[in-house]
Amino acid sequence: MTTALFVVLAVISVVAGALVFRVDSMARATFLLLLSFLAVAGLVLMTGLQYLGVVIVLMMVIEMVVMAVFMIMYMMNPAGLMPMSMFHNTRGSAVIAATTFVALAGGALLVDWPVRGGAPAPDLTMALGESLMSGQMLTMMTLGVTLFATIVGTVVLAAGRGRYDRLGDELDAPESDDRDRGGVGR
Amino acid sequence: MSVALPLGGSVLLPALLLAVTWAAVTADAVAAGRAAGRPVPWTVAAALPGREALRLLVGQRRRGVASDELLRGVGGAVLPIAALLAAVVLPLGLRPVADLGAGIVWFNAMEVFAWAAVWLVGWGANSTLSLIGGYRFVAQGLAWELPHMFALITAAVGAQSLRVTDVVAAQQGLWFVVIMPVAFVAFLLSVAAMAFWGPFGAPVGRDIAGGAAAELGGVDRLVFMTGRWLLLVAAAAMAVPLFLGGGHGPWLPAWAWVLVKTLAVLAALVALRHRIPTIRMERWTEFSLVVLTPATIAQALVVTLVALGEGGLR
Repeated sequence: MTTALFVVLAVISVVAGALVFRVDSMARATFLLLLSFLAVAGLVLMTGLQYLGVVIVLMMVIEMVVMAVFMIMYMMNPAGLMPMSMFHNTRGSAVIAATTFVALAGGALLVDWPVRGGAPAPDLTMALGESLMSGQMLTMMTLGVTLFATIVGTVVLAAGRGRYDRLGDELDAPESDDRDRGGVGR
Repeated sequence: MSVALPLGGSVLLPALLLAVTWAAVTADAVAAGRAAGRPVPWTVAAALPGREALRLLVGQRRRGVASDELLRGVGGAVLPIAALLAAVVLPLGLRPVADLGAGIVWFNAMEVFAWAAVWLVGWGANSTLSLIGGYRFVAQGLAWELPHMFALITAAVGAQSLRVTDVVAAQQGLWFVVIMPVAFVAFLLSVAAMAFWGPFGAPVGRDIAGGAAAELGGVDRLVFMTGRWLLLVAAAAMAVPLFLGGGHGPWLPAWAWVLVKTLAVLAALVALRHRIPTIRMERWTEFSLVVLTPATIAQALVVTLVALGEGGLR
């Protein structure tokens, strides 16, 4: 039963991942990728990591929908109405893909896997939280600040009008002249 | 420890959800009639969901030019399925169908499938107004998701557990709505927003001829609209274990309290719906990110400090 479930999820994740490059619609490609990630989340759930598995589902659904918006914004043929190829540099990517596959598969087969020592924690979510919030606290804080800086930087670069455009050089205009007024009335 | 219902509960759950949804649609029809100045009798309103379902079942399906039927079908089907899956962690009484250790995260993960569902339905029809509706929902989703997550986290911090039954157990003495009112209000707002319902109905608004649902007819429309109502009911019902003490209460058995409280939350939502106009995307987004998100973060901080002050983490 467990093996059958594993095989089904593994096949779905690989096949859906491969189909991403066979369909000619950006929307279908995005949601096939989501299907692949959902199968991976199922595999994570099978290892007993309930919290991580569910969080992968949560994050991937949001990410893929947001990604669909961006992909369609930037692709020349978003809807698959005209035939188009998802491939670029086919020979180079075939070589890279084959090399990666051989390296990873060879590694999985040839490595002398260690025997499991110790037992899993009774509450894996708790153990994960304690690890992240004690030993890995510095990593997580660095990661959080870096991501936040990236978001702020991207918004600053992308914003068409900053606060000086909206409220004047002294920021003293009583209200902005935005075309679309927000809900707070600034 | 896990206290899931026996397997029979999983058969009961969809029936219960549909029954409560039926009641909510009926109440909504009555309230809508009253707001429009043309009162609808209760008897007519009570038959309305069934009549509408039959009408859509025999109705013609619509098929646009070069539409992506696969994506549209998947999107429409995902909506009710996501609502049902989100509801499996709802305690019916004191026991849910599935008592997951990360139940609150599961609930959140299932309801964000609505993002994908509405966008796919809007995209698949290959119609401009549908697509605008789909994009409106994504914009709205980005705005409600953050306050919603902080509201969920606040309840989890209060109980120091992600398990929904633990959250209910932690409210034996005091309902969480008393110590986290801001999170409760933010949660109710996001319930209506995730079901793109009432003031948050812009994704299927009349100004864009029905938006994401513009090109849906027949059984497609039935599945989509049922899914939307189920999502509203499942999410509103989640307010009961998270903030309103779950099945705890005097005299009545636990299941009756859950039912009464769920109906009360839905009644409040339906009553408010017809008093508030549809809110535009840009207004809601700014309010949500500038007011609601900081307010819910502050609420989470206060509850965390209280939890730490009461003897720290268990």
